[in-house]
Amino acid sequence: MKPIYLDNNATTRVDPAVVDAMLPFFTEHFGNASSIHAFGSEVGKALKKARSQVQALLGAEHDSEIIFTSCGTESDSTAILSALKAQPDRNTVITTNVEHPAILTLCDWLEKEGYIVHKLKVDKKGRIDMDEYKSLLHDRVAIVSAMWANNETGTIFPVVEMAELAAAKGIMFHTDAVQAVGKIPIDLKNTKIDMLSLSGHKLHAPKGIGVLYLRRGCRFRPLLRGGHQERGRRAGTENSASIVGLGMACELAMQKMEFENTEVRRLRDKLEKGILNQITHCFATGDVSNRLPNTSNIAFEYIEGEGILMLLNKVGIAGSSGSACTSGSLEPSHVMRAMGIPYTAAHGTIRFSLSVYNTEEEIDRVIAAVPPIVAQLRKLSPYWTDKGPATNPEAAFAPTYA
Amino acid sequence: MWEYSDKVREHFFQPRNSGPLEDANGIGDVGSIQCGDALRLMLKVEPETDVILDAHFQTFGCGSAIASSSALTEMVKGKTLDEALTISNQDIADFLDGLPPEKMHCSVMGREALQAAIANYRGEVWSDDHEEGALICKCFAIDAVMIEDVIKANGLNTVEEVTFYTKAGGGCAACHEGIEEILAKVKSDNPGMGETSPPAACPATPEAPKPPTKKLSIVEKIAKIQAVLESVRPMLQRDHGDVELADVQGKKIYVHLKGACSGCMMEAATLGGIQQKMIETLGELVQVLPSSHMPVEA
Ligand SMILES: Cc1ncc(COP(=O)(O)O)c(C=O)c1O
Repeated sequence: MKPIYLDNNATTRVDPAVVDAMLPFFTEHFGNASSIHAFGSEVGKALKKARSQVQALLGAEHDSEIIFTSCGTESDSTAILSALKAQPDRNTVITTNVEHPAILTLCDWLEKEGYIVHKLKVDKKGRIDMDEYKSLLHDRVAIVSAMWANNETGTIFPVVEMAELAAAKGIMFHTDAVQAVGKIPIDLKNTKIDMLSLSGHKLHAPKGIGVLYLRRGCRFRPLLRGGHQERGRRAGTENSASIVGLGMACELAMQKMEFENTEVRRLRDKLEKGILNQITHCFATGDVSNRLPNTSNIAFEYIEGEGILMLLNKVGIAGSSGSACTSGSLEPSHVMRAMGIPYTAAHGTIRFSLSVYNTEEEIDRVIAAVPPIVAQLRKLSPYWTDKGPATNPEAAFAPTYA
Repeated sequence: MWEYSDKVREHFFQPRNSGPLEDANGIGDVGSIQCGDALRLMLKVEPETDVILDAHFQTFGCGSAIASSSALTEMVKGKTLDEALTISNQDIADFLDGLPPEKMHCSVMGREALQAAIANYRGEVWSDDHEEGALICKCFAIDAVMIEDVIKANGLNTVEEVTFYTKAGGGCAACHEGIEEILAKVKSDNPGMGETSPPAACPATPEAPKPPTKKLSIVEKIAKIQAVLESVRPMLQRDHGDVELADVQGKKIYVHLKGACSGCMMEAATLGGIQQKMIETLGELVQVLPSSHMPVEA
């Protein structure tokens, strides 16, 4: 049976049209865009086109605001480090405690280096408290960095409004929009967002290509210094084939935006309802009324995520989990903990993330496959009995030490 | 996903002996839902012979936790209790053709459940003797609690020393930052004598101590050692104890711990604290040991 891929927030398949657009840039138009000869100038033209394709998807005012990087992580690091370097009198970063490690690990390191990092807390649904946010905006803040959409739950942050509030206080605003770009409409020229990160492999372009959007006039310090590529803002010979691929992927995402927000959303909702209706003791996590159209994250209580994934994988279904076991740490996902999801459920969270390639038939198969898997694992669980969860799971299962 | 052996996968997909065991007479529960792993092992033991007639399990946990539980039930069936108790966590892992280092704790949990179930059958109380922290060194499967304990017990100051004592950090070097953090944490938690640190193991001998920066004469060295002991003495006396230098043999400094310090729970930690000061003062890696550890003269 054909495998079903529902892990598109992890990475996506490169669209065949993107591959076609890229291929000539390996063997035919392999020149260096900086060269004078014809080999180079072909590449230069292609980069210009790709830049305008990205510009269009982001709704950026100028194509020079698009800086190509190697990945989302590089864009995130560049944005935050640039803000701190360019404003040495400001030592504080505001972010949230549900960011991707590309932000959080960097911020933890910045704290060790002596910077002050405020991580906004989120509520049960993964929403930040705007009053807390406003109270933290002061003149020592170098930059606010908040993700546009959460990779685990799809929850959308009000980044446009947050950027307005930051701008009113003269504070730079960055958003990690790696999960949002291509899935929801973005129109940067009508916002106060100064910097935005995106990553090609989340929108059907290849891995290893990203973008940092940098608003014209925003103070900047490069991360990589060297040649004059990207106007000296990001040195290193351009990854021309991938840049061309990303441009094509952005154009396709533009065309499919409507479909993503109607048809993909419908399939996601069908999947989620189909699972929740058939299984007791499970619930959708995050802000279900305000999230990406493709993401559903379901917590199955009293079982552990890795087992679910292995059994799903056996029947050809690919998802992901926020359980501790799949991440190599002993704690379940920081996003689930930040939302206060109880331990009885946090270990059993499964993320299904769709793309425009998923079909109704696939979704029907998944809806049929999940209930027996959950039942099978619950039968193994000491916290579960024939009649449902052990009445007081903590007491029913009592280790001799405690 | 993890690289599981075929045997692990097989025991996960077709677990043996799962579910409650009606007439079990020895039950061991270990783990908890908080830490993501919990295992109940149920044994049916024949009282006349002490032979395990049947074994079942219920497990909340990842694929390898379920596979380890299933393997364990197969391994113990037909064994006497004493035979079963010789099964180590490595035996469980070997039975499954190995586990990824991050997953070795699943086999440890299996062994603990076995001990707990047998203790339950015998009417004894079983107590957990190991605590587990986040995995720091993936090359050698060393966790944070282990590293912290060894740092405290031996007054370690550098990543290099931690590597000598625990192997952690001796492989790919990816965890050096993590080890530095634990070193910093121990230092800030314990600026003085380590009075609050948990009882720790006897300090181990480092395999390859760092060379001294500048060689002290033996007289200078002993004077410095005495000065360190003087500086910690008031603290020990406050707790009705005392310390005295017994001998210095190369890199080993033997001390008599007296009064309340000697033999107390904190002895190892106290020695660790003294050792840390010695290392700082002497500028070389030395080991502080109780005089009872002195080699007997021939
Ligand atoms: C929200 C978010 N930010 C950043 C990244 C990192 O992107 P990349 O893999 O391109 O470095 C990811 C991808 O996992 C992501 O989901």
